[in-house]
Amino acid sequence: MAATRAASGGFSASRMWRCYRYWVTGYRRTWRGSVVSTAVNPVLYLAAMGVGLGSLIRAAPGSAELSYLQFIAPGLVAATAMQVAAIEATYPVLASVKWIRTYHAMLATPLSVADVFVGHLLWVLTRVAMSAAFYLAAVAAFGGIRSVFAVAAVPISLLVGAAFAAPIAAFAVVQEHDNGFSALQRFVIVPMFLFSGTFFAVSQLPSWIRPLAYLTPLWHGVALTRDATTGILEDGGWPMVVVHLSFLIGCAAVGSVVAARNFRHRLVE
Amino acid sequence: MKAQDDATLISARGLVKKYGDFVAVDHIDFEVAAGQAFGFLGPNGAGKSSTMRMIGCVSPPSGGTLRILGLDPVRDGPRIRAQLGVVPQQDTLDLELTVRENLIVYGRYFGLPRSVLRSRADELLDFVQLADRANDKVEPLSGGMKRRLTIARALINEPRLLLLDEPTTGLDPQARHVVWDRLFRLKQQGVTLVLTTHYMDEAEQLCDELVVMDKGRIIARGSPWQLIERYSTRDVVELRFPLGENESVAPRIDGLAERIDVLPDRLLVYTHDGDACLAAVHARGLTPVASLVRRSTLEDVFLRLTGRSLID
Repeated sequence: MAATRAASGGFSASRMWRCYRYWVTGYRRTWRGSVVSTAVNPVLYLAAMGVGLGSLIRAAPGSAELSYLQFIAPGLVAATAMQVAAIEATYPVLASVKWIRTYHAMLATPLSVADVFVGHLLWVLTRVAMSAAFYLAAVAAFGGIRSVFAVAAVPISLLVGAAFAAPIAAFAVVQEHDNGFSALQRFVIVPMFLFSGTFFAVSQLPSWIRPLAYLTPLWHGVALTRDATTGILEDGGWPMVVVHLSFLIGCAAVGSVVAARNFRHRLVE
Repeated sequence: MKAQDDATLISARGLVKKYGDFVAVDHIDFEVAAGQAFGFLGPNGAGKSSTMRMIGCVSPPSGGTLRILGLDPVRDGPRIRAQLGVVPQQDTLDLELTVRENLIVYGRYFGLPRSVLRSRADELLDFVQLADRANDKVEPLSGGMKRRLTIARALINEPRLLLLDEPTTGLDPQARHVVWDRLFRLKQQGVTLVLTTHYMDEAEQLCDELVVMDKGRIIARGSPWQLIERYSTRDVVELRFPLGENESVAPRIDGLAERIDVLPDRLLVYTHDGDACLAAVHARGLTPVASLVRRSTLEDVFLRLTGRSLID
């Protein structure tokens, strides 16, 4: 609706920053709780899957020169970006609409719906970057990195985070209760975590199901991250890198447009 | 945009709000002058909160014109909101943060510098009598304290206009009186108040002018005193007769009053001189079990205008 769009008050970077700062302030109060999952989980996963399970696996499927740890480490980094985005773009978003009503408090001030949405999305991506950086450091400590290009895994994680956070926020902001979030975990996030090339190459899957894996943003994210941490471009070379980047950017862009619309409909009516 | 009279902070002409086919606000006109305490009165679902949300620039009007501080809420939402204080019906405080942090975080949304906010936060916490709780978390505060904190928060940007949507709903009598006292002080300091309420005593205590809304329309307007004069009488005599007799007694006091309401438990007799009326009732040989002569209140006006049937 034109009136709703006009009444949403446009966008201003300085106002958006004030919204972002709110999330930073809140995090300063609660960061202790998230440190465990951010810092300890990578160590547990890498030890169990990479070192433990990896000792039983001689050669990683697909590329004989990689250890299993080196194969799954980039998958875990990308999957973590997805999971952090999926948590941070669900409960906090709905809480800000319904439970704590933070968005409503913000919208009573000069902040606009776009400021509120972008500010929150930026915060979600900050959390993604923090987690990815921690994970990457753990991977390095376990000897899972083979190339200096591994630093690119952090910006790639940001892109993966955006590809998930934007559409998930679009979904979250229109929910009435949090039942949908456990369904999202069960039917979307966990299957992607397991079957998007994280623990084994998608080429191991039956051929009829492979296209489904190629349509998941996580598969593209894992492939890019693996290129970076191993320093070896997969089959397809640079054109494939462009395909991965385009797919992720597309998800983030479409998700953002829908999310902006849903935020407006939910908050300015 | 044409220059607007400085004394008029809000003006609405033919204002409409629709949600799909449902008309929540149906062509209403009103003006709020600077320094006034202006009230929207009405039963649940009358359209009060929808009107408040339009004034708060979080809900675009579906029709008519609305000017707030001389600006158009659709185009200039952020500029208008920078000069508004909003006390919403449902609290939007941050429970994880402390009382003081809530004020400062909120003040930051207005782009105010921290140094200014620190001193304002302390002043405001004094004003709402929460200075001793400044460093406590919000979660354990009582309902009345949270309301006062919300009022303090709404004042952090020194607004020209304070919007209060049912400011004391759900509070106990003591807490309500503290809130009223603070609002009365603000009014004396020249802050313009716009409030919605369904408490008649609240409207009588605080409002200079009010409109009564029902089903999206304004059905009466004026000062509390004018409304009482127009829609009620100076006095009301409440008479209780033994159960079941109220109905049969009513015709026998006909002519002694302007109007009689027969309720299941009592008769309400509207008259300009309650004592004389009661004496006349006795003179007719009627002896109520209990009787009370009182002044008319806005509640009498309200019930007359919006009816006694329960609205859910």
